Amino acid sequence: MKRKRRKKNVLPGFGLTMGITTMYLSIIVLIPLSMVFIESSKLGWQGFIEVVTSDRVLHAYKISFLTAFSAALINAVFGLMIAWVLVRYSFPGKRLIDGLIDLPFALPTAVAGIALTTLYAEDGWIGQFFTLLNIKVAFTPLGITVALVFIGLPFVVRIIQPVLENIEKEVEEAASSLGATKKQIFTKVIFPELLPSLLTGFSLAFARGIGEYGSVIFIAGNMPMNTEIAPLMIMTKLEQFDYAGATAIAAVMLVVSFLCLIIINLLQKWSRKHEMQGE
Amino acid sequence: MATDLVKNEGKHIHKPTAVKKETNWTKRVLITVMFLYLSIFLLVPLVYIFVKAFEQGSGVYFAAITNSDALDAIKLTLLVTLITVPLNTVFGIAAAWLITRFQFKGKQLLLSLIELPFAVSPVIAGLVLVLFFGPRGVMGPLFSELGIKILFSTPGIVIATMFVTLPFVARELIPVMQAQGKAEEEAAISLGASGWQMFVRVTLPNIKWGLLYGMILCNARAIGEFGAVSVISGRIRGMTNTMPLHVEILYNEYQFSAAFAVASLMSLLAILTLTIKAWIEWRAEKQQTA
Repeated sequence: MKRKRRKKNVLPGFGLTMGITTMYLSIIVLIPLSMVFIESSKLGWQGFIEVVTSDRVLHAYKISFLTAFSAALINAVFGLMIAWVLVRYSFPGKRLIDGLIDLPFALPTAVAGIALTTLYAEDGWIGQFFTLLNIKVAFTPLGITVALVFIGLPFVVRIIQPVLENIEKEVEEAASSLGATKKQIFTKVIFPELLPSLLTGFSLAFARGIGEYGSVIFIAGNMPMNTEIAPLMIMTKLEQFDYAGATAIAAVMLVVSFLCLIIINLLQKWSRKHEMQGE
Repeated sequence: MATDLVKNEGKHIHKPTAVKKETNWTKRVLITVMFLYLSIFLLVPLVYIFVKAFEQGSGVYFAAITNSDALDAIKLTLLVTLITVPLNTVFGIAAAWLITRFQFKGKQLLLSLIELPFAVSPVIAGLVLVLFFGPRGVMGPLFSELGIKILFSTPGIVIATMFVTLPFVARELIPVMQAQGKAEEEAAISLGASGWQMFVRVTLPNIKWGLLYGMILCNARAIGEFGAVSVISGRIRGMTNTMPLHVEILYNEYQFSAAFAVASLMSLLAILTLTIKAWIEWRAEKQQTA
């Protein structure tokens, strides 16, 4: 016991780093964030419910959640495919492609927003093809989904890649020599191994999607009851100096984000367990 | 028995070629689909920004990035980045040291709290800072008495950017330092090094690539942050406009070429970020094989 304690105390800086970390985090993030719950409590329960269940706000939530969900789903499917191709196959330009995946992390969201909006406008480079099919992309929920697919693209790829790299070839070879088909190997051996990280990537993309603002407001067109997203509702209320209203909408979004965080944490625990069992 | 074996062997010889053929075919299809998908979603938008920026010739382009509003926006963005990145770096190193080198209660909670800004919408980040530092907020009256303006001015933009980019450095460092372990540092201390000596000579060389990587990600996000800054800046031209806000104003005024010109500058920075990142990864790979 004594020995253990002495071992723990060898490294310096516990007090210093604990002080810096908690102070900085509290001042910049935690105390301001707690204002959401203080400010929205000023509305009272009745007032709070009234704000967050008004037709316009409910519609904004619906648009935000639906578009974020569809975008995260698209990203899960294609992210899995991209990760698979990048890990398993070699082809010219692979390194370049691999680097390009992170573009949505590096490119400012407003820049992505204006580029996607003009690309997908009715007469834009890509939009014109959709116009031929009589589909409007920019200024519709479909356009919002396109922006969110762009923003969320790296999440699933970057989470799946290392897991796929770590799956041991021997397991697949064993399955193959026992007569499993390629399809069986994928669905019975590889996919279950990837599932926790796939869900984590999906949740991360979804959480990012419901809060995203910069890339969406340009392509959304922001028509009330049609393409208004929840973060924009907060912005609108703020511009009318309706702080309590803005905060109430934010409180609901925060609760959803926290739920996402909890789910992500649980998923990561699950995947760690998976790894341990694998070993 | 013997015939069985022969049969099985025959199967074995036959099977790999069948699998290989199938793989080749799926491989081609998957690679093609990936190329198409990434071209449409990543490559075309990136190229398009530069095409649009130069649409009306290089004269318009250079005028757009050298007029006084644009220069003010560039300066403000640089200033915000120069304050934010070092502060978040110090925080990131402290947090990573705390989490990877000590055992204490509430560590898991602290980890989640550090990641919190990633889960919060940037607009909400801006909103809570308005509530906290605004005239009706907790700190507002105090700061206004001191004559310090936070909302609609540079300090507010800096704080908003700090909020949004807070996790980047810590998040990159924690796994690196966890993998490194603390044996080398313990050895340094027990051989009589001071805390600072240990940090500069042992810790820093071990974490430098992860640190650099976290810093360039933090930098990229700090330059590009839009939602939080948009709430808190009040968008006063030439005073509180960062580059992304300047792009928005130009775009909303239908000055598309100018908007894309400023956007192209930020895109160049994004490409530079990705290049540095690829270079760091390539180095790490080389070190591993060497």
